[in-house]
Amino acid sequence: MGTPSEYSALVNPAQGTVSREVFVDRGVFDAELERIFARGWLFVGHESLIPKPNDYFASRMGQDPVILTRDSQGEVHVLLNSCRHRGMKVCLYDQGNTRNFVCPYHGWSYSTDGRVATTPGALMGVPHYEAAYRGELKKDDWGLHRCPRVARYKGTVWASWDAQAPEFVDYLGDMKLYLDFALDHRDGSEGGSEVIGGVQKWRIKCNWKFAPENFIGDMYHGFSHRSVDMVGIGPSGGQGRRDTFLKRNTIGFPGLGHGLLGELPHHEEPDYVPVYRKVPEVEAYYREIHERRKANLGNRQRVSMSVGTVFPNMSFHGRQPRTIAVFHPVGPTEVEMWRFYLMDADAPAAVKDAARHYFLRYSGPGGMTESDDMENWSYSTEASMGAVARRLPYNYQMGLGHAEPVPGLRGAVQSGEFSEENARIFYARWAEFMDAKSWPELMRG
Amino acid sequence: MAEAASDPVRRLLLEREVERFFYAEATLLDARRYAEWLELLAEDIHYFMPIARNVRHDDAAEFTRAGLDAAWFDEGKETLTQRVQQLATGLHWAEEPRSRVSHLVTNVEVVEVRGTPGSEEVATRCRFLVCRNRQADESDLFVGKRNDVLVRAGPGWKIRRREILLDQNVLLAKNLTTFF
Repeated sequence: MGTPSEYSALVNPAQGTVSREVFVDRGVFDAELERIFARGWLFVGHESLIPKPNDYFASRMGQDPVILTRDSQGEVHVLLNSCRHRGMKVCLYDQGNTRNFVCPYHGWSYSTDGRVATTPGALMGVPHYEAAYRGELKKDDWGLHRCPRVARYKGTVWASWDAQAPEFVDYLGDMKLYLDFALDHRDGSEGGSEVIGGVQKWRIKCNWKFAPENFIGDMYHGFSHRSVDMVGIGPSGGQGRRDTFLKRNTIGFPGLGHGLLGELPHHEEPDYVPVYRKVPEVEAYYREIHERRKANLGNRQRVSMSVGTVFPNMSFHGRQPRTIAVFHPVGPTEVEMWRFYLMDADAPAAVKDAARHYFLRYSGPGGMTESDDMENWSYSTEASMGAVARRLPYNYQMGLGHAEPVPGLRGAVQSGEFSEENARIFYARWAEFMDAKSWPELMRG
Repeated sequence: MAEAASDPVRRLLLEREVERFFYAEATLLDARRYAEWLELLAEDIHYFMPIARNVRHDDAAEFTRAGLDAAWFDEGKETLTQRVQQLATGLHWAEEPRSRVSHLVTNVEVVEVRGTPGSEEVATRCRFLVCRNRQADESDLFVGKRNDVLVRAGPGWKIRRREILLDQNVLLAKNLTTFF
């Protein structure tokens, strides 16, 4: 693999095929780190993980370790977790609160805004600054590398290494409406959600793209989850894995690379259908929330959705379960998946508890639904690595040529309940990024 | 501490009894005799495997909290029973064909005995080593500590609480489809 055109030639959305090299080749992977992960808007965390000044949460962007911080003044930063002197990680904790990150190697220390610490004392900032550096080092130039672009959106925090990147909301486009559904309060008021403590992190021997492709709108893979459907783990008990009332449509955003399974925009709230019937107190809460939602939204446009992907590596479930997932590239055939669980901050304890129990039996590596995805993705990868297998592309032809515009959404297309249109959109976007186009070209729309 | 624990001979017998119980349980799991394993669980069992976080040495937040935070498992008998049912469908791809699993239990200690002989509740501590081998070359090793509470039930015991402290931060296995 080598030149840009060689990468985009691996993807043929018009024909509905994608080369297996895209999922196994080292050269493709290395180029992705530069052209996608060092450029696109990436999800790095949630403000509820860093509520107080000097709180921090260790995260990743591509293969780069970063620290999401709230500095002493309350400002949010994303800092490369690597000392500017010899590269050692300056933060070896997953989360916490500190005035300074002190590098364990030579003792360089940095405040939570990334600057070399200025606290007086010969051992703070750059140890022996006067004696060893003769006071000549330009400390202002050697703070932790700070991500130039950080966006806070309804509690979520996103970042891009590319100073030229468009505004996050423009990158998101009208996918925003669906992300809002996940992040807004169930009663329709803005924001109000938080992540509960503890992030599930686990490794899968598959290419990172298997996950966002699955969550962008693969209704067809219900077969993967037949066992859990038979057992019935939904919040109301009985058959299936969720309370079903959603009429799902495959909705995608060509030119942006995002997509989801959800409802078309509408202006009236559908009738209430009981949810979480196993716990009457919780069902009663959602019944009341439904009334509040009708009042709050009036005749405004709204949607509902189950699952979607924001290009490149963030997916979210908006309803049942309600979670955020991120897929960190480890190698061409290995990914580290993170899952965060979302709740309305002001929901009663019983409501949170019922949701948490349901989310944990559904999602994550111990989730009765998600565990089967891991099996399929990892053995798809293994069986795609052989010299002969690599010659054969994957098939993405379902619903090819049947996408229609979505009234009320800029640049969106719908393609029915079962379609691979969104995967085609995802890989077309991937090819655009891999061709290393400039942002004006990438955001032509 | 109750009488059962203060008499050294009875204490020894109790520890031996607890060990034997754990070995028998491991045998049921490794032989995939899940229906019999479920019989060993009290109706109100709390089965909990928190997530271990890297925190400063003086930070108490190493493990996520039961009942509040995310966890690998935080559930009761109903969900554990559903897991057994899922294994039995033959369509649970993560365990089809079945993985080869061996449970090793060691360092078994009786920490506390409550109640009177014949109706004791025993708090125990042990280490576990669970090996899963799957397909051709997939191999997972799960090592950690287990804190169990057992209650006397007729001639045997039932497990009322199981806290599983896995010595991993990022889970290095792709999924958790075995019992601990």
